[in-house]
Amino acid sequence: MKVLVPVKRVVDYNVKVRVKSDNSGVDIANVKMSMNPFCEIAVEEAVRLKEKGVVTEIIAVSAGITQCQETLRNAMAIGADRAILIETDVDLQPLAVAKLLKAVVDKEQPRLVILGKQAIDDDANQTGQMLAALLGWGQATFASKVEVAGDVATVTREMDGGLETISLKLPAIITTDLRLNEPRYATLPNIMKAKKKELAIVKPADLGVDVAPRLTTLRVDEPPKRQGGVKVADVAALIDKLKNEAKVI
Amino acid sequence: MSTYQAPLKEFQFLLETVAPLAELSKLEHFADATPDTVRAILEESAKFARDVLDPLNWSGDREGSKRNADDSVTTPKGFKAAYDGYRAMGGAALPMPEEFGGLGLPRSVVTLTDEMLHSSNMGFGLMPMLTQGAIEAILLAGSDTLKATYLEKMVSGRWTGTMNLTEPQAGSDLALVKTRAVPQADGTYRVFGTKIYITYGEHDWAENIVHLVLARLPDAPEGVKGISLLVVPKMLVNADGSLGARNDVKCVSLEHKLGIHASPTAVMQYGDNGGAVGYIVGQENRGLEYMFIMMNLARFGVGLQGVGIAERSYQRAVSFARERVQSRDVAAPKEPSVPIIRHPDVRRMLLRMRSQTEAARALAMATAYAIDLSDAHPDEDTRKANKAFADLMIPIVKGWSTEMAQDVTYNGVQVHGGMGFVEETGAAQYYRDARITTIYEGTTAIQANDLIGRKMAREGGVTAKALIGTMRAFAASMGASHNVNLKSSQAKLIAGIDAVERAVEFNLSNFNSNVRACFAGSVPMVKLFGIVCGAWVLARVALEADRRIGTGHPDKAFYEAKIATLRFYTDTMMPEALAAADTIVNGADGTLALAEASF
Repeated sequence: MKVLVPVKRVVDYNVKVRVKSDNSGVDIANVKMSMNPFCEIAVEEAVRLKEKGVVTEIIAVSAGITQCQETLRNAMAIGADRAILIETDVDLQPLAVAKLLKAVVDKEQPRLVILGKQAIDDDANQTGQMLAALLGWGQATFASKVEVAGDVATVTREMDGGLETISLKLPAIITTDLRLNEPRYATLPNIMKAKKKELAIVKPADLGVDVAPRLTTLRVDEPPKRQGGVKVADVAALIDKLKNEAKVI
Repeated sequence: MSTYQAPLKEFQFLLETVAPLAELSKLEHFADATPDTVRAILEESAKFARDVLDPLNWSGDREGSKRNADDSVTTPKGFKAAYDGYRAMGGAALPMPEEFGGLGLPRSVVTLTDEMLHSSNMGFGLMPMLTQGAIEAILLAGSDTLKATYLEKMVSGRWTGTMNLTEPQAGSDLALVKTRAVPQADGTYRVFGTKIYITYGEHDWAENIVHLVLARLPDAPEGVKGISLLVVPKMLVNADGSLGARNDVKCVSLEHKLGIHASPTAVMQYGDNGGAVGYIVGQENRGLEYMFIMMNLARFGVGLQGVGIAERSYQRAVSFARERVQSRDVAAPKEPSVPIIRHPDVRRMLLRMRSQTEAARALAMATAYAIDLSDAHPDEDTRKANKAFADLMIPIVKGWSTEMAQDVTYNGVQVHGGMGFVEETGAAQYYRDARITTIYEGTTAIQANDLIGRKMAREGGVTAKALIGTMRAFAASMGASHNVNLKSSQAKLIAGIDAVERAVEFNLSNFNSNVRACFAGSVPMVKLFGIVCGAWVLARVALEADRRIGTGHPDKAFYEAKIATLRFYTDTMMPEALAAADTIVNGADGTLALAEASF
């Protein structure tokens, strides 16, 4: 069984990001970039399925600028067998990514697509769901446990109220939550071997997909700075402040 | 709170300047070490250091290793699992030949991964360092059988290695070694004796420990020419590679030390029950010779410990100085108190820490690059010239980087004030851990003797003079820059090179006629070379930074910091180099004047 794992290159989670001075977005020049942590979990899950003998081939795919090749090499160092980069300088939004992935799925015919539930840069949490809709496949989002037997995946999902276990017919989409697994460190020999694995590069036009942005970002601001606390004299003063200053009651 | 973050950007820049990786990967030998692969390797190693090793550093120090009644040793909680992770990653294999399962990466890359180990957890980092040394010894002189039996398992980290040199009466002077190796009819030896200060001589991470032991054969000549090197495994190895009986070697106690508490420092007893089985490495009576070839790398490794611990100490001090609010800005006495990083003297301490660490790291990288070229360059003259440069630099990398680490970790405590003196802050541990680095693998004085004797006087100063010429040519090329900071540093660098030249001349012209005078100034010679060569490599880095700023590189702040750091260093460290040169040339009479009885 083939599995497709889309991965996204994002600002490293250790980096404290700054908003650009013109408020047009976040400054990502010269900051460290890494694979989105949820995508790392997706790669790890695919590798575990391969180690169990459920999966035979893992294809990592990414969409974006040339440097996304590093992210794909990283996925191959963890255990993906080959990779596809859909190369474009256009700022990609979830719908465009979902359409690109659909085109790759049509071509590669995987039985399973495992994605991170969201990316830590825009926190959109949309691509997996959109891809499921475009393909007409079943989806299990926010997975914290995955078992695949024959043509059925049994997935435990993390919900607000607790855990939900569902089964779904393949082909299907799974998006990963934080507790699904703990990704391994890429071994250094595998990092070197990853260099020799196949990495194909295609353009959105080759896949017949229009990736032009549909949404416009109006303005990006830093979160407001936290104000220092004050000590109130009595309950009446507290209620007064809550009513008139914070305006929460 | 401070978490170790490997200075990856700095590493990358060094791989583009003083140790140009792009050049190395053009050589057939290092064809796989392409810049993108190396970047991925450094990033993954940095993650491991940050997430696994750094969090164990303090608990490992508190808990320490413990010896049990059955002679086994239990390492601190979490260390075995960390080692399993390190092994699984293939960490142990990096510099080793591919023939035995290694990755064959250049020393220029391994220098950085080793630094990360020592920055995040020196007590842990000692094990890979010692095992690398033991592997080198077997590679260098071991028979094919020894190589086939031990190397692959050691390269994969399944078995670990130790170096057994010291005995109670034989420290710096290994000619005094008394451990006996008695030849047997079957070609093996029986080893009897006591070895002390054996790092990771016993532990709970691996199923076998391969001890490399210096010993004396019954008919061996006196002194250094009568010492042999043997492999003595903890568990005997069967012909099929499986483990056999326990050998006659055990850990009889652990030392109580000032630092590196996580690592067990064992007293090893050989041959209490009939003799430990040993296998000769290379030829009889040539052990010390092999040991010295290998020792070069071990000394280089300890120099990296100095750099690593200094970097960690600096990171923690900066983090504290940004958070700790105390006293008003001296220039704004009416304003509220400020984070102490605004105080000029704290700035001085932090820059002193940072600039020395960066200089020592860049010097280690320039040396590593020379080691790589001496190993792998197709042209023989290039190989020879680089070997000579690396040999000259190794006592400086070892001697100076570890001495500067004392100064750096001292200031690391000082920045913290009273908080630095209590253990919970973490700064004190670096100060204690750093302390061993000027002692083991040859004290600073031993490095200094090596520098002024073997590496300088013995060859008439050829390599030292060539280095002076190289530095002069570089300093002249700095004149092309319009940057005022670089101009100022250029003048100071030239003054430093003049001082080196003066001191080298003194050493060469007095070595035969007044040798005691030369040795009286040997440690200042290490310092002089360290500071001046450090300025030279920092300036090479800063010059490239200046060029990149000129091309409108977006990461201007990073490159400006390189130039500012050089400026501070040449302004405040270089005077110490000039003073060291004065001590060398004029200090001997005073040093030797007091009669022995008057002490």
